[in-house]
Amino acid sequence: MSSRRPALLDLDPAVVRKARSLARRAGKPVVDLARAHTTVSVERATLRLAGLSGADHEGTPWVNHLVDAVRGEVGLEHGVTTPVWDALRRGEAPDLLTLAQKASSGGVSFRLPEGRDLTGSRKAARSAVAKGVRTVDSQRRARERMIAKVGDAPRTPWVYLIVATGDIHEDIPQAQAAAREGADIIAVIRSTGQSLLDFVPEGATREGYAGTYATQENFRLMRAALDESSRELGRYVRLTNYASGLCMPEIAALAGLERLDMMLNDSMYGILFRDINPIRTFVDQRFSRQVHARAGIIINTGEDNYLTTADAVEAAHTVTVSQLLNEYFAKEAGLEDWQLGLGHAFEINPDIPDSFRMELAHALLARQLFPDAPLKWMPPTKHMTGDVFRGYLLDGFFNLVGAMTGQGILLVGMMTEAVVTPWLSDRDLALQNVRYVMDAAGGLTEDFHPPRDGFIQTRARQVLSEAVDLLDTIVTDTSTRGTQYPQPLLAAITDGTFGAMKRPPTKGKGLDGVFVKADGYDNPATALLEEGATR
Amino acid sequence: MSATPTPATPGPLVRPYGDTTGDGMVQVSFTLPLPHDKRAEGAALQLAAKMGMSPALLVHAKAMGPHFTFFVVYGSVTHLVDLREVQVVEREFPLLGSSEVNQAIRSHLGRKLVVVGACIGTDAHTVGIDAILNIKGFAGEKGLEYYREMKVVNLGAQVLVPELVASAREVGADAVLVSQVVTQKDAHIHNTTTMSAAFREAFPAGEVPLLVVGGPRFEEGSASTLGVDRVFGRGTTPGEVASYLVHELVAPRTSTDPRGEQR
Repeated sequence: MSSRRPALLDLDPAVVRKARSLARRAGKPVVDLARAHTTVSVERATLRLAGLSGADHEGTPWVNHLVDAVRGEVGLEHGVTTPVWDALRRGEAPDLLTLAQKASSGGVSFRLPEGRDLTGSRKAARSAVAKGVRTVDSQRRARERMIAKVGDAPRTPWVYLIVATGDIHEDIPQAQAAAREGADIIAVIRSTGQSLLDFVPEGATREGYAGTYATQENFRLMRAALDESSRELGRYVRLTNYASGLCMPEIAALAGLERLDMMLNDSMYGILFRDINPIRTFVDQRFSRQVHARAGIIINTGEDNYLTTADAVEAAHTVTVSQLLNEYFAKEAGLEDWQLGLGHAFEINPDIPDSFRMELAHALLARQLFPDAPLKWMPPTKHMTGDVFRGYLLDGFFNLVGAMTGQGILLVGMMTEAVVTPWLSDRDLALQNVRYVMDAAGGLTEDFHPPRDGFIQTRARQVLSEAVDLLDTIVTDTSTRGTQYPQPLLAAITDGTFGAMKRPPTKGKGLDGVFVKADGYDNPATALLEEGATR
Repeated sequence: MSATPTPATPGPLVRPYGDTTGDGMVQVSFTLPLPHDKRAEGAALQLAAKMGMSPALLVHAKAMGPHFTFFVVYGSVTHLVDLREVQVVEREFPLLGSSEVNQAIRSHLGRKLVVVGACIGTDAHTVGIDAILNIKGFAGEKGLEYYREMKVVNLGAQVLVPELVASAREVGADAVLVSQVVTQKDAHIHNTTTMSAAFREAFPAGEVPLLVVGGPRFEEGSASTLGVDRVFGRGTTPGEVASYLVHELVAPRTSTDPRGEQR
């Protein structure tokens, strides 16, 4: 723990160490499993980094066509790039796009090259993919330059506002208005159906359900608009989207190429709440986090979701467990502390006595466990009843917890949560609420020290010890030892340990896009990301 | 009903209540797409007058950026409400306790009542269906999984309609419960009609499971337009759903609940 912050909770360092080491023990076998597999989406993301974009007249992206064609002829066990650059070297097409177009009509024959053809193809593939990785690097530098030039968000927590019209051309003025009103971060919610699409839509889109499709062009348009706002306002306004669902790796790659700043990227959300196959998720997640690490993107994890399906008091420790797992998986993939927007939420039933004190205890626990991570603090949703007046008060208390516990990112709560998608006035009132609490009480982080062994310290320690117990139960579960999937964490996910959802590794969407890597598997993107190389 | 209305026996004509019977006081807030100036305030008062507020008091006006102004208006409405013309959908079934539900199923159905639940379409909000089905329940009532005589299959979120139909057929569902929270572009209406049409196509008439939808934004009494048997709105408890299922699927009923007729 950093010495600047006094230990507000008096957590036993031995228990904290134990929690982290158990998280590692639970996570490591899953990382090994992830390293042993690839997915259609990882392969497509690699082609995107090599510069392949666009779609046919029906909207099917060329990366899907090319990956499907290679998969059909030689399989994906060796990776898509070797057979693709072998075909290019053999003169099947002059460039990648033409090759994909020809392959879509079955006009290209692929093979697994050997000897000098193999080394030649690998070298050519690496050089093509390295170009995309260098673009990601230069976008990261562009962000750093722009922050140095126009300035950063003036204080923490950063104010995070959501835009969700379904139409990118409506989103842009709304996002710019939100930035002017005080948002430091604009999140463009995706169309709800997108997580289950096994392709990334193409172009600027104007039709979405409860959100706007994540596409490369939408990313580019919104980032350009916020660059304009950043210059106008004299502070860099960050852009957030979602690297989740079946195309998580591709969306991460597009985010890196188009300079998005934060991405929602939870290790288990897709498994639990979208019924995406666990192995597919862990493989895709590792790749996407490697890209985020390289791109200087801050990830946001989705622990708030557990509390919408389970009770926020009884399940408080599952949030801690998930944060610890997300931290392990993130660091393993190369992300640093400042990139970990670990999530938690204000979801305790306000009718329970001491609900506010428990919220404080839980928020402080996260703050103390992850002192250098910009925690993402999320507002009440489950107990927002439609009584907007009560909701406004609840949001005020939510903001107060955020102020008192030094959260890094504050997702602004709307009093009309569960009533309508936010109106202009809802957003204005919500920002007034945030500003009032931050101006009035932001300095409380200095004064607020819960008494030794008082209610808050005791509650925080209890949640931590329940989290350690749960992790211990997970890693010592031997029921699946000797089976195809002996990883204890997968067994826990199968049993419904998280969010009360039961998700076995043999089921779920996207399983047919998962492949065991062969010995000769090659993926230049993974290699470049793991080596930190640029060529 | 006595001729003079009192707080205990209101009506038949009522007006909103601020702090005095008959004062008709209401509050509204709204935004006009105008910069904040005297003209905008006049426009707000004109709107209030057209809404039947007289006199209207503009208590708050605030610019939201250069192009919009937010207003709060208090005032007395000139409208009267005639209780004799109010129509409500009365609950058509008696409320049963969980043991009564179990007993009714046991003695009259002679097997478990099979319920399949899901969030369909792109809707990922399982809060509603989980509140009704999960043991955890809602509002202090345990969910349907808690009922010994029910077999509950919760398919979770983003279930495709054909999957739902197939699951219902596979487990021999007596009732299918669907929850819809997302309402943007009327997704809840669209998804529900698609679902009901699919069931009516897939099952012979008379063998279609009881189709029940729930969600905060369905209109009361819209069941027939949606092609379903019953719509449940905001605040519905598992006990109400269980009682309804027994009422519709398990005949004859045990005994009527006097509370049912009052509500």
